Amino acid sequence: MPKTYEPIATTTLTSAQNDITFTSINGTFTDILVVAFLKLSNNANSSVGFQVNSDTGSNYSVTRLQGDGTTPESGRSSNVASGNFSGNSLRVADSAGNFSPILFNMMNYANTTTNKTFLARGNNASAGVGASVSLWRSTAAITSLRIFPVVGTIDTGTIVTLYGIKAA
Amino acid sequence: MIGNIVAAITDGGEAATDFESIATFTSSGSTRQIDFTSIPGTYQHLQIRAVFNNPTAARNVAMTLNTSVTSTRWHYLFGDGSTVTAGESTQNLLTVQDGFSTTNMYAMVVDILDYANTNKNKTVRTLLGYDNNGNGIVQFSSNLYATTSAITAIRLAIADYDWVNGSRFALYGIKG
Repeated sequence: MPKTYEPIATTTLTSAQNDITFTSINGTFTDILVVAFLKLSNNANSSVGFQVNSDTGSNYSVTRLQGDGTTPESGRSSNVASGNFSGNSLRVADSAGNFSPILFNMMNYANTTTNKTFLARGNNASAGVGASVSLWRSTAAITSLRIFPVVGTIDTGTIVTLYGIKAA
Repeated sequence: MIGNIVAAITDGGEAATDFESIATFTSSGSTRQIDFTSIPGTYQHLQIRAVFNNPTAARNVAMTLNTSVTSTRWHYLFGDGSTVTAGESTQNLLTVQDGFSTTNMYAMVVDILDYANTNKNKTVRTLLGYDNNGNGIVQFSSNLYATTSAITAIRLAIADYDWVNGSRFALYGIKG
C-alpha cells in the first residue's frame, strides 16, 4: 500500500548527461510530482523539455506564462514532439554554481480514460520565472519520463526526484 | 513547505503522516458541486489537487469555505497562449476558463495556508493550467476569504452543467 507522499526515484548527476530518464513508473499513485534542481552545461541558453512513454511523435502541446524581468509573455506550441518541463521557454540555469528549481506535476498520470495534463513551474534568477501546462494526447498510462534540454547537456550536480502522491 | 514534506519522508522510514490524503471526490459526470466537510484542524495547511473539465461549456470554478464564506478579493495573472492578463475581482471565483473538452483536463493545485488559525483571515493560492492543442490557459491567482474561523468545510462548484466524467478533486493535509 503506497504512502500518501512517497519518493519513487532520485537521480543525482555526477557527470553531464544528454538526458535523464525514469522508467518502470508504477501506476499505484494518483499524481507524480517531479522536484528538480537542475543546471545545464555552461551557456547552453536552453529550456528543458520532456517526453513520456518514449513517444517522439508530434503528440504534445504547450501553453506557457512567463516573465523575463522586463516583459510578461504568453506563448503556445501545438503539435510538437515534446512538452515543457522547465516551466517556461527561458534559459534554465547554465552558469557555474547556479541551479534552477523546477516543480513538475504529472496529474492523474496512470488513468486510461483521458489525455494527460502536466503543470510546471520553473525559476532562474538570471533569466526569469514562469509556469507552463503541457498536454500529451494519449490515454495510455505513463510509465516512463525523459527529461532533456533543447540545447546542451544536463550538468553535474543536477538532482531530480520523483514523488508519488496517492489520493484517498 | 517542500522542505517539510521531504523531512517527513526520511523520518525513520515510518508511514508518512506529514502529507496525508483526507478525501477524494471523483465525478461520474452528474456532479457540479463537491463538498469536503468535517475537515480536522490537525494540519498546518491544506492542498487540493484536481483534474476536471466540463463537456458542454467553459465554466469558472467557485470555492466557498465553511458553507457561507466567499472570496472578497481575487487577483489573477493568466496567459492564454498569446496575451497576458492581470486583473482583480470581488467575484467568488477561483479559476479562469478557456475552453472545454471531454478528453483534455484542467489541472489545478490549490493551497490554503494556515487554514485552522483563528487569528488570521484566509489566503488561498492557485496554479491552474489547461491545454487543448490550440487553446488553453495558465493561471496564477490568490483569493482572500475574510474569516478568522478555522476552515472545516470547502465547496467547489460550477454554475451550470456538470463536470466531465473522471474529474477528480483530492484534499490533502500538510503538517507543520
